[in-house]
Amino acid sequence: MKHRLLVALPMLLALAGTALANDLPEYTLVVKNHVYQPSELKVPAGTKFRLIVRNEDATPEEFESTDFNREKIVLPNSSITVYVGPLHTGSYGFFGDFHQATAQGRLIVE
Amino acid sequence: MLGVALLVFREVMEAALIVSIVCAATRGVARRGWFVTTGIGLGIAGALLVAMGASLIARLASGSGQEIFNACVLLSAVLMIGWHVVWMSKHGRELAQHMGAVGSAVRTGASSLTLLLAVVAIAVLREGSEIVLFLYGMAIGGIGAAGLAGGIALGVGSGALLGFALYFGLLRIPMKYFFSVTNWMLVLLASGLASTAARFLVQGDLLPAWGTQIWDTSWLLSNGSLAGQTLGILIGYDASPAGIQLVFYVTTLLLLVVGMQRLSRILPSLSPRTRSLRTDPVSESLR
Repeated sequence: MKHRLLVALPMLLALAGTALANDLPEYTLVVKNHVYQPSELKVPAGTKFRLIVRNEDATPEEFESTDFNREKIVLPNSSITVYVGPLHTGSYGFFGDFHQATAQGRLIVE
Repeated sequence: MLGVALLVFREVMEAALIVSIVCAATRGVARRGWFVTTGIGLGIAGALLVAMGASLIARLASGSGQEIFNACVLLSAVLMIGWHVVWMSKHGRELAQHMGAVGSAVRTGASSLTLLLAVVAIAVLREGSEIVLFLYGMAIGGIGAAGLAGGIALGVGSGALLGFALYFGLLRIPMKYFFSVTNWMLVLLASGLASTAARFLVQGDLLPAWGTQIWDTSWLLSNGSLAGQTLGILIGYDASPAGIQLVFYVTTLLLLVVGMQRLSRILPSLSPRTRSLRTDPVSESLR
């Protein structure tokens, strides 16, 4: 009985999490010429949100942040979605792992 | 060239650390070199396949394909390491007592070694596929062949060097404690990989986070720093983990520790067979 609860509870929570996903605020970043546009993105604190990264270059990029723990490959001329937060107020760096010299940006959480 | 070297180094390093721990943990097992080399070879082949299939993976599961793929790959590595660790708690001391006796290792090892071959392959595959995609982009971007080759050589070389350093450092541990240490390292490695798998599932909104920033020690040691990244692989360090990552980490840790202790209690490691082998004239003469 206890075991069943241990299995069922996380599943229910997972379902609840995904059901809510549709109502999340959405922000978009564009990578062009290996530069993020905008390079500073303002998001509200304490709110989970959906981040879309569109790569308009002809080469693959990896959207990555070691500050808020996300990494995902963005193939040429396509876009990806990652779910971020809720985060505390602060400034969090993100970068393009494959073009770190130019692809740098910050998430301003306020 | 330096940019290429740096990225290649970071990826190779992660795989190299895992391969070194596996190499140390299988010390004294017959045909280990062959298994590890095959694992690396399969990993490279797999990395090429994954990179070529990247767009297919990206489209799967309405865009969450990458997260699901990474989590599955990581969790299968956790399972295989877990199996080996529990198996080692049965055979480890036996092995330690027969180091140098050529015959002893042949009897043990093979089944669990296949699992560790897969772990090596998985480690190389994960990091390798990123390198392939990166290099592909660099090649399109018009970097010269010399810069590309130089960067790869420098990155792979220095990453492998770090792996060798860890391996030879581990070999200095006295034999009495050796397999306990490598076993614990495998346990922490597996727990960290489980935590990373959870992180990917949260990123794809496939698991609840149960708190996104349980603590934040990035002021002390950030995930992006070399030390932070190294500890991230070795013990699963994360500067600001989500709650579910901790659940995955602790669950894996507890399961493996309990599994290890249960088995070593049921099957005493110093069996009569082991004792008789030690004075076996044939293996003595082979020393």
